Amino acid sequence: MPVLKVNNLTKTFGGISAVTDVSLDIEAGEIIGIIGPNGAGKTTFFNLLTGLYSPNSGDIIYNLDSKITTHDLKPHKITHYGISRTFQNIRLFQNMSVMDNVLIGFHSELKYGVFCALFRLPSYFKSENEIYKKTDRLLDRLNLLDKKYELAKNLPYGDQRKLEIARALAANPKILLLDEPAAGMNPRETRELMNLIKWIKDEFRLTVILIEHDMSLVMNICERIFVFDYGNLIASGTPEEVQQNKKVVKAYLGEEVE
Amino acid sequence: MKRLSRKQIMIIIGLLAFYAVTNFMINKNIIDSYLQLNMIVIGINIILAVSLNLITGFTGQFSLGHAAFMSIGAYTSAILTANFGQPFILSIVLSGAAAAIAGILIGVPTLRLKGDYLAIATLGFGEIVRILALNIDYIGGAIGFNDIPQYTNWTWTFILTAATIVLIYNFINSYHGRACAAIREDEIAAEIMGVNATYYKVLAFAMGAFFAGIAGALYANYFYFIKPDSFGFMKSIDILVIVVFGGMKSIAGSIVGAIVLTIISSFLQGIPELRMIIYSLILFGIMIYRPTGLIGDDKFIIGKKKRRSI
Repeated sequence: MPVLKVNNLTKTFGGISAVTDVSLDIEAGEIIGIIGPNGAGKTTFFNLLTGLYSPNSGDIIYNLDSKITTHDLKPHKITHYGISRTFQNIRLFQNMSVMDNVLIGFHSELKYGVFCALFRLPSYFKSENEIYKKTDRLLDRLNLLDKKYELAKNLPYGDQRKLEIARALAANPKILLLDEPAAGMNPRETRELMNLIKWIKDEFRLTVILIEHDMSLVMNICERIFVFDYGNLIASGTPEEVQQNKKVVKAYLGEEVE
Repeated sequence: MKRLSRKQIMIIIGLLAFYAVTNFMINKNIIDSYLQLNMIVIGINIILAVSLNLITGFTGQFSLGHAAFMSIGAYTSAILTANFGQPFILSIVLSGAAAAIAGILIGVPTLRLKGDYLAIATLGFGEIVRILALNIDYIGGAIGFNDIPQYTNWTWTFILTAATIVLIYNFINSYHGRACAAIREDEIAAEIMGVNATYYKVLAFAMGAFFAGIAGALYANYFYFIKPDSFGFMKSIDILVIVVFGGMKSIAGSIVGAIVLTIISSFLQGIPELRMIIYSLILFGIMIYRPTGLIGDDKFIIGKKKRRSI
C-alpha cells in the first residue's frame, strides 16, 4: 500500500509546462531522492505536494490516517494531515527565537480558543506547559537546546537548516519533504546532515522525500531515486540503476556530437 | 509557566496603588482638570497605539485606517448614549463590536493585499468612513455630533486602558499570537506550518478594531462633541507615529510612546507655530538614533524576562 500516489500530474505556468504527466508511488518508510538539472520542476512538484500550487490535471493521493486527495490539499491544512516540509531558500521566522520557531510547528496540535487565551483560562496553562516541554525535548534531541533563546537569523547556516527540520518535525509529520537540505553546506556538514536524516527517519518513523543536487548524499542515503528533466519524470529506481540510465546521463551531461 | 509570577503580582499591586493615588489626587483637586484631560488623552492614545501595534507590529499588516475604527466606535457610543440613553458600559461594548464588525468587513477583501497596497486600501477605507459620516444628517454631518453625555472619567479610562494592555498581551503570548507573528515573518512558511493566515489576519484586524472602537467611545463621551474631521487621515498617522516611535512589536514601547508623545504635543500647544517642526525633529532624532523605536527590542515587556521573543 503506497503512502503517496501521484497520477498523471501536470502543472503549467502560461505556456511553460513545469511538471508534465508525472506518475509515481512511494511506500511508507522509504527515503526517496528527487534529482534533476536546474529548472526540471522538482520544487514545483513539492509545491504541488503541499498544496501551494494546484495542479492543472492529475491527482495526488496520500494514504495517511485518512485518505487525502488533491482536493483537500490546502497549505494550512497540510501539517494537520501529517505532511511537513522545509524550503530550498530557508524560510525560518527570522526575528523569532529558536524556541518560538519550533513552537509554531506545534500550531495544529493546540486547540484552546481565543477566549481562553485572552483570559488565561486553565486550558491555556495546561496546553502551553505541555507544548513548552515538548519543544524543549525536540530541541534537545536535535542538539539545539543551548541556542533556544537565540534569534533564528543569528544561527550559523547549518543550524538554520537543522532548525527548519526541527520546526517541520514539531508538526509530527508522517511524510517529511526536504527541499535541498544540503545546499550551501561543506562536505563535513553534508555528512552530518546525512546521518541526521537517517536518524530522523528511524527515530520519528517517517517517509522522507528529498530534493538534492549533492550526489554523494543522494546516492548514499536514498533507497529510490526519481529523475526529473524539463518537467518529465525520465527515470526512477535504485541509485545504481539511475546511474546507469542513458537518459539520466544525457540530461546531466548532454550527448556526444557525432 | 505559573499562573502569576511574582513580577506580575508586583505590577498589579503597582497599578492598583497608582490608580488609588491618582484617584485620591483627583478627588482632592491636586490634579487639576487640565492635567486630568491629559491623563485621559494618554489613556485613549495608549489603547489606540497598543491595538494598532497588534495589527501592524505583531501581525505585520500595515494599516492606515485606524482612526476610522475609532470614529465608528465614537459615533456608535454617541448615538447610544445621547439618542437612546443607554448605559455607558453597554455602549462601550457595542462600540467595540461595531468597529470589530467593520474590521472584519474591510479585512476580508483587503487583507489579501500586502505592504503598500494594504496601506492604500486601508487609507481609502478611512476616507470612506469619514465621507460617510460627513453626509449622514442623523449623526450631524459636517456640523458634528453635539451634546454627548460626559461619562468618561479617569476610572473608566484607567480600567479600559489596563484591560486593553492585559488582553492584547495575553493574546500575543498564546499560540494565536505566535501564529500572527509567524505571518509577519513569513506567510508561506506559516501556512505550511498549519497557520490559517487569512483567519489570523482578519482576527488581528478585528481585535485591533475592537479596541480602537472602545477608545473612540471613551473619546466621544469625554469631549461632548465629535466631528468627522477629528478622525481623518492625520489621526491615523498620529497613532502610527506613536507605534513606530515607541517601537514596533513592543507593547511597552507603545505605552511609553503614547505617554511621551502626548506630553510633548500638549507642551507644544503653547507655541503652535513651531509645534509641528519640533515634533518632526523629535521623530527624525528617534529614527536616526534608535530606528527600532524607543523600546524596540522587546527587552522591557512586562513580565517577560528575555524568556521569549515574538
